[in-house]
Amino acid sequence: MNIKKILPQLLTLLVVILIFGFFSYNAQVNMENRGITFGYGFLSQESSFDVQFSLIEFDGSHSYFRAYLVGLLNTILVSVIGIIFATVIGIVVGIARLSNNYLIKRTAAVYVEFFRNIPLLLQIFFWYFAALRALPLPQDAEPMFGVFFLTIKGFFVPAFVWNNLNIFIYSLIAAIISIIFIRIYAKRKQENEGIQTPVLSISIGLLLILPILSFLFGGVNASVEVPVIKQLSQSGFTYEGGIKLPPELISLALALSLYTATFIAECVRAGVQGVSKGQKEAAASIGLTPNQVLKLVVMPQALRIIIPPTTNQYLNLTKNSSLAAAIAYPDLVLVFAGTALMQTGRAIEIVSITMLTYLSLSISISLFMNWYNKKIAIKEK
Amino acid sequence: MNKLNFLQPDKNNLSTYLYTGVVLLVLSIFIVFFNSFFNRDLLSFLPGTISFFLPLILGFIGLHLIRIDYSGLKFLDKVNKNINTNNFNAFLSLLIVFAVIKSLPPLLSWFILDANIAGDSKDVCTGSGACWTYIKIWFNRFMYGMYPNPEQWRINLSFVALAFLGTIGFFATEKFKKYLTLYYVVVYPIIAFFFIFFFISGGPIFFDFSYGIIAAVISTIIGFLIPSKFKMYYFIIVPITVYILLKYVFFYEELIELGKLETLEWVETGAWGGLSLTFIVSFFCLIFCFPIGLFLSLGRRSDFPIIKYFSIGMIEFWRGVPLITVLFMSSVMFPMFLPEDMFIDKLVRVIIAISLFEAAYVAEVIRGGLQALPRGQYDAAKSLGMGYWKMHILIILPQALKLVIPGIANTFLALVKDTPLIFVVGLLEIVGMLNLAKTNPDWLGFAMEGYVFASVLFFIICYAMSKYSYNLEQKYKTER
Repeated sequence: MNIKKILPQLLTLLVVILIFGFFSYNAQVNMENRGITFGYGFLSQESSFDVQFSLIEFDGSHSYFRAYLVGLLNTILVSVIGIIFATVIGIVVGIARLSNNYLIKRTAAVYVEFFRNIPLLLQIFFWYFAALRALPLPQDAEPMFGVFFLTIKGFFVPAFVWNNLNIFIYSLIAAIISIIFIRIYAKRKQENEGIQTPVLSISIGLLLILPILSFLFGGVNASVEVPVIKQLSQSGFTYEGGIKLPPELISLALALSLYTATFIAECVRAGVQGVSKGQKEAAASIGLTPNQVLKLVVMPQALRIIIPPTTNQYLNLTKNSSLAAAIAYPDLVLVFAGTALMQTGRAIEIVSITMLTYLSLSISISLFMNWYNKKIAIKEK
Repeated sequence: MNKLNFLQPDKNNLSTYLYTGVVLLVLSIFIVFFNSFFNRDLLSFLPGTISFFLPLILGFIGLHLIRIDYSGLKFLDKVNKNINTNNFNAFLSLLIVFAVIKSLPPLLSWFILDANIAGDSKDVCTGSGACWTYIKIWFNRFMYGMYPNPEQWRINLSFVALAFLGTIGFFATEKFKKYLTLYYVVVYPIIAFFFIFFFISGGPIFFDFSYGIIAAVISTIIGFLIPSKFKMYYFIIVPITVYILLKYVFFYEELIELGKLETLEWVETGAWGGLSLTFIVSFFCLIFCFPIGLFLSLGRRSDFPIIKYFSIGMIEFWRGVPLITVLFMSSVMFPMFLPEDMFIDKLVRVIIAISLFEAAYVAEVIRGGLQALPRGQYDAAKSLGMGYWKMHILIILPQALKLVIPGIANTFLALVKDTPLIFVVGLLEIVGMLNLAKTNPDWLGFAMEGYVFASVLFFIICYAMSKYSYNLEQKYKTER
């Protein structure tokens, strides 16, 4: 240990401690002056505000903690919807960019270049304030397929009314568990005896048959509730029944998925291009069919390149969903760091909770990614 | 030989297949074209569904007929290879062509034919197209925000000056090339900082600054005439003398007091806005986030545990939270951390917040470049007796940075696209101004025009940046 090694570290430590000390001293003085005491006790207080759209029951009599949960669930909802659509669009566009058809390739490239180079916030505003405002009023809306109503007040879709929903879910869980076992069994069988089992068709069959059985014998039944138009006042109409997806949710999900899809498309393209041509030729030369080449040789190697950056994009999408605050979609930032902060004035506590939530989310995903990367990395001898 | 099999066109009856195919294809395109441009349905005598699908079927058959391998016609082979390799491809190509033809007339009419640009009030916008008058009237606001109109030349002049100073690198002679890095990394940002914070902001401080600039310019010009022996002393003494002369001998202050010279009006940062604010914020964040990111990335690979874990903590923290919460923090939480009497300007807080945020991303990108360098480079540098800083500045960083040009360009693009978020703290750059203009009672209902306008602007800026980074990448590409 020499002085040259210790000195810079001590200096850094000193500066960091000084800065933090300065900040926390000031914070204490400021809070004393304003008569606030630091603490998270306010979370159990009555919130006395209402949220437009929430997945769980919420009104003014619930606590701030429940408001936090409402915001978190809404964030998760829009992120999941966005991730699903972004993945689908991204894969399609990514493959289209590799097509040997010039027109398809150019169309996909134009889409990617265009949507990637426009700020996400601008796209959200565009969909919310410009595009969705051109939709018809509820009373003028034309039904799509007779049951969907796309109006300026939101997207009204039919809802399922379930009887014995839990049995249905149990049957799904049973199907998934048995599929996992079948996969393990099939893999072992292939390694030991070299015989392939048609896992995919068995899985699909199980996923279909078990829920159907639950309908037939488990007493599960579902009826569809179609939204019906209802007059509120002279000119005010709305739909009753079914599920209402507010326009905020639609425009946010639309913008997030269209924007993120461009990045996922680039990941997919890079992944497929990253598999060297020799691999395909070698696979074909040992007599694999084109399908097998794709399934057994190209995809496993391409996925190894595709998945890490794509997970990063999912993470970005989740973080970008916080832009919801700009169009008043009640997500974590708007409900908790917006309304709750305004009411309680507890800036430090609330902003720190919000940041910690996102931080723990992204750190857990990146830990998972590190583990996954290690698992799929090529093991060289 | 002459047997025609329409299911399998071959080379033997080339002309028959070709003519039939081309006629069918042209016919189908013509039908769609006529339908979309002149609003006439040539197939109205047929039942609805058939007339809807007939062009597609005709075109599909046409493309099938001209799909002849090795026809000997260069153009035909090219078409077949590019858009017509198999049935599925032909179908998709047709769909794209029809979609383009179908969507052209409404787009054309909205953008140009039915659009209005004349006049200066909402009343002229009666057509079904876009109302570019709105953009024309609000153009100043979209560009400069609430900056007072008579003072806008200051923003223009600063940007022109900075753009000119930025391009000096292209004109530099061989002799000065080696100072370019120093110029761009240290001198240019400082000049830019002074320009923006004193010239655009204005106020009395500007005069000290302007004396400084004039002194520097005069002394540089004279500097070339002085023998090199005395240059060192010269560059210290002369600027100060010129400065003092300007300030105390020529009595500028008295001229101002007499009203012969006007001072610049002070414009608070809250009034800045529009596209110029986008440029200012992204420019500063860009020049600050790069060095911070560089140090963080070096810190992350450092041997000193405290520095290493401090860097890791910084990087992971900023990367883990959304920018909007960082801006929330800078606007509502950060003032709590400062002494009562200390106040930091909104714009400065925003620039610090975004710089720290983007620096974490830059750090990760640079780390990728550092990791990609082979161990041998470090060993070779060390064996030549170089210390840590010398090794990094002369050997490691030039190679690593070259490798990560695309990544850094992507981060900078993300930065430019993130600037609209500053609406959170109440600063209105172009997207914020659009939202403000949209709610103006005199100009309701033109949201679409505004967003399209801003989208086009951002697209041009970002696309140019990405193309420029691609050029840089090609320029500095070295074979390894």
